[in-house]
Amino acid sequence: MTKPFSMSETAQSGTQPPAAPAAAPQSPAKAEEAKQEIAFDIQDLCVFYGAHQVVKNVFMTIPAKSVTAIIGPSGCGKSTALRTLNRMHELTPSARHTGKILLKGENLYGPGMDATIVRRRVGMIFQKSNPFPTMTIAENVLVGLRLNGIRDKAFLARRLEESLRMAALWDEVKDFLHKPGTSLSGGQQQRLCIARAIANRPEILLMDEPCSALDPIATAKVEELIHALKSQYTVVIVTHNMQQAARVSEKTAFFYMGNLIEYAPTEQIFMNPKNPQTEAYVSGRFG
Amino acid sequence: MSSRYDTYRKFKSTCMSVLAVFCALLVVLPLILVFIYLLQMGISSLNWDFLTKLPQPVDPDHPGGGGMANAIVGTLELMGLALVMGVPIGLLGGIYLAEYGSEKAAVWIRFGADVLNGVPSIVWGLVGFTLVVAPMQNYSAFAGGVALAFMMIPMVLRTTEEVLVLVPGSYREAGLALGIPRWKITLHIVLRTAIKGIVTGVLLALGRVAGETAPLLFTALGSSLWNTSLKEPIAALPIQIYYYAISPFEDQNRQAWAGALVLILIVFILSLSVRMLSLRRKRS
Repeated sequence: MTKPFSMSETAQSGTQPPAAPAAAPQSPAKAEEAKQEIAFDIQDLCVFYGAHQVVKNVFMTIPAKSVTAIIGPSGCGKSTALRTLNRMHELTPSARHTGKILLKGENLYGPGMDATIVRRRVGMIFQKSNPFPTMTIAENVLVGLRLNGIRDKAFLARRLEESLRMAALWDEVKDFLHKPGTSLSGGQQQRLCIARAIANRPEILLMDEPCSALDPIATAKVEELIHALKSQYTVVIVTHNMQQAARVSEKTAFFYMGNLIEYAPTEQIFMNPKNPQTEAYVSGRFG
Repeated sequence: MSSRYDTYRKFKSTCMSVLAVFCALLVVLPLILVFIYLLQMGISSLNWDFLTKLPQPVDPDHPGGGGMANAIVGTLELMGLALVMGVPIGLLGGIYLAEYGSEKAAVWIRFGADVLNGVPSIVWGLVGFTLVVAPMQNYSAFAGGVALAFMMIPMVLRTTEEVLVLVPGSYREAGLALGIPRWKITLHIVLRTAIKGIVTGVLLALGRVAGETAPLLFTALGSSLWNTSLKEPIAALPIQIYYYAISPFEDQNRQAWAGALVLILIVFILSLSVRMLSLRRKRS
């Protein structure tokens, strides 16, 4: 089981966290950062497809209960890096990685970690919405729970409504829960997939370009949804749309050719980037 | 002049269209002719007696006695046996090939299945004889079922695999991303999506196997009595048609025509259900 990192626990044990606010004069921002829980601690991640290296020596800490965006041109390794966070890259036979990823302090690839359990804690939303066509809307939302053995009808009904409400889909579909999942529009299908992922109550949501197949109105609805989710979930979103990253995220990472070029609060990346390559990308000089 | 070229092009196009339609008719025509001929020859002997009575010895004073009731039931029974024994193996094999197989194993299994699909049906009869009849020292319905099941397995395996491969990978990915174990994804998501295609494949294999005579000749043997046990020989339409057709008695020859008509009707009904299933699939 995960041990939540909390100030009260460490205070009780007597050890001081690295940036103890009481001890030395620190800027409020740094103290705030230190207090914030860390969802992922990525250490020296390299990912190879066969002999070809797609992610090179990435170091990143992703804070919990916030939205982190990963931007970069096509083929820069951002989707691959995202997929290592819930072990989905293992599905590609030639994929392998080196380096360590800690999920809330636990080694994600440690010997005791079952990939299936990991994926229940770290959900994923894909670029193209993929509701199951043979299942109704209700069955789609609850599939993660049902197929993992949960049978309590009252619990499932409650979870169904909660998840659909969180995905801002309840009012639109509450009278049609028995209709097939594919009878919805593209934007609704994507929100259905989000509801399906949320129904599992994962700790973290990974989104791989969730709006790239949607029209602007549906995109706006999904972005609103992401805003609403961040109070309860950690969201890591990969997007090739820079403006979207600027709209939704608190921290942004810029990837290029497999390298993490710059990782900083979103405002800094877009207004005041430190790295010239970042500046060139966000000002549109290449893409 | 371009218009003359246009006319020539249109003429060529019309010629080819006519040729294509003609060839299509050429293919369908034998089927229609055979069916009409069967109807003509068989319908007179197709009566209620035929469908409900057991075969009777030929009586020159009372022609047209007896029927093929046991053969009709026997064919259905053998189809049921082949279904029960052949479909699970073919289905699971197809699932293995599509979902779990390593590249090398898959290539060889597929090759094996394709070869087996082309094996003459009498060889399957020999297999049934060697594996079941010889040890049991008796012809039996079970042996007939085994021979037919062996015939069905490579067909069901290949069609299952082909249908499962058509299920988009994104569904499997979505299921895995939800933390659902692999086998549950295969069972509840992939199979469920592909089920209509699998049923189509099974019905087609069943239709093919329903009319096979050679595998049954020395496994089920045929009989003129009702079959009461799986360990006893059983009558089947193809066998009965064969024996009646080569018999010197005109009476029995006529009954053979009726039997052939019934057999083709069974296969026709199976194919029709396949068509209807796939139409419903297209609509959804």
